[in-house]
Amino acid sequence: MCTLCNFVQSTIGRKILMALTGLVLVLFVMGHMLGNLQIFLGPDVINGYAYKLHHLLPASALWAVRLVLLGTIAVHLWAAVTLTLDNRKARPQGYLEDKVVQASYSSRTMRMSGIILLAFIIFHIAHFTVRIVPGKQYEEFGVLENTMVPLVKDGEVVMKNGHEIMTFNVNDMMVLGFEVWWVSAFYIIATGLLCMHLTHGFSSMFQSLGLRNGLWRKRLDRVALAYGWIVFLGFAIIPISVMTGFLEKDPTGGLALQITETVAIIGVI
Amino acid sequence: MEKTMDLTLKVWRQKSANSMGAFETYAVKDVSEGSSFLEMLDTLSEDLVEKGKEPVAFDHDCREGICGSCSMTINGIPHGPEKATTACQLHMRHFHDGQTITIEPWRAKPFPVIKDLVVDRSPLDRIIQSGGFITSRAGSAVDANAIPISKATADYAMDAAACIGCGACVAACPNASAMLFTGAKVSHMNSLPQGKVEKDRRTLAMVTTMDGEGFGGCTNIGECEAACPKSISLDMIAHLNRDYATAQVKNFFKPVA
Ligand code: HEM
Ligand code: SF4
Ligand code: FES
Repeated sequence: MCTLCNFVQSTIGRKILMALTGLVLVLFVMGHMLGNLQIFLGPDVINGYAYKLHHLLPASALWAVRLVLLGTIAVHLWAAVTLTLDNRKARPQGYLEDKVVQASYSSRTMRMSGIILLAFIIFHIAHFTVRIVPGKQYEEFGVLENTMVPLVKDGEVVMKNGHEIMTFNVNDMMVLGFEVWWVSAFYIIATGLLCMHLTHGFSSMFQSLGLRNGLWRKRLDRVALAYGWIVFLGFAIIPISVMTGFLEKDPTGGLALQITETVAIIGVI
Repeated sequence: MEKTMDLTLKVWRQKSANSMGAFETYAVKDVSEGSSFLEMLDTLSEDLVEKGKEPVAFDHDCREGICGSCSMTINGIPHGPEKATTACQLHMRHFHDGQTITIEPWRAKPFPVIKDLVVDRSPLDRIIQSGGFITSRAGSAVDANAIPISKATADYAMDAAACIGCGACVAACPNASAMLFTGAKVSHMNSLPQGKVEKDRRTLAMVTTMDGEGFGGCTNIGECEAACPKSISLDMIAHLNRDYATAQVKNFFKPVA
């Protein structure tokens, strides 16, 4: 048998793949969270950030990044499913009295949290990336009032060939999306499950890679708990802020600068 | 005077590997709290024999916690509720008068029940066998101190070697994974200079056998460590993962076999 097939078919090999893909997802999730939190710096900043994400790299490279991320999830999912099936086969009959001595709740529910996360990831991509959730087609007329807004950088509208660069109004899309209570509820529950997945997963991946001992297990378990909660709070704060009215649609439709300029001109006159 | 207790036992009874099993309930009276769990089962068996019934079959040998035979899950925990204690070393003072105790065989596909509480644990032997030999000088006996080994390494290998191959780790694992057992064996052999020479080959072979015998994978939940009568730690599983990854990488570039 080929070396690589042997590795990928072994229980440990698949667990190592799960840990490596888990690591990629863990890093991605932190970056994604920090990016999102820029919504608190104002509509200009979050819209400018979204513009940068879409235009920093050529379209092909952007697609490469997306495919790598989807591939990562696919490998993680494949390893999770095949290992779970193998594990079920190895233990067809349980105990009449089933006791748990020291395993944490989150460690025993990784499949449950994982499957709901998968459903969430599909919804999330349909909702904000492809924007095809029924009733939430943000590009459609009338759903988002100001679909496109001028790109603003360092407090100035960015011009190109004498025209304003227009960019998608991510700020209003997020606010509009989270004003629907069940959407917000789903996001908050899903990030809660992500927190659970990570309070076990973050430390567990070091074990799977063989990079943990008794002392570091205790430390990593604590880091994992902190990481999970930071990720939960960092993501959940946005729908919560929208629901409580703290975050709002940009009332100027991205035209705040022009308006202040106009006011200033009027003032001068 | 020594205290005694009356107990209700719910015991798994199964005639043979192919027959259907079921729980039977028995009452045992006047169990001395100084007796061991196996002695308590002996009393039950004597009772049953007297009544012309089949005694409960269970594995046992040393009765001093070193052979690893006494496989039974007591109230949902392999080897019972006491930490780092085999069933034979478990004393009845840890139970109380009037208690109902459920006794089940190890539950794992690779450990089929042979009779009542006796299961076939030979897959563990086959994992050890596939580990193979160590390269050492044959002929006249080697001086005990010929190969210097640091105290830390010797202690670590000794901790790993404490594994008695009882299979409680497999029994405690919801995936019936044998990673703690295999991890202990691999860590023991791979950390000593005598075993280092065949480290990669041994690790790959033992993991292949482990998977082939139908044991599940590790989900790092730690129930095995809690059930292990010899306190083998999850560090040994991390060690196995580490040595396996290294061996696979080496094997990719140049077969280690
Ligand atoms: C697509 C949906 C997902 C599914 C079905 C899923 C499922 C699983 C399962 C079953 C495990 C193994 C747990 C075990 O062995 O006990 C696992 C581990 C892990 N997951 Fe996920 N997961 C998903 C998404 C994610 C996401 C989005 C992240 C990170 C942001 C993540 C991070 C991790 C980490 C770090 C581990 C630990 C790896 C290890 O134990 O070695 N997973 N996942
Ligand atoms: S690791 Fe512990 S529980 Fe597993 S076989 Fe060895 S002694 Fe028994
Ligand atoms: S009978 Fe030998 S360890 Fe229990």
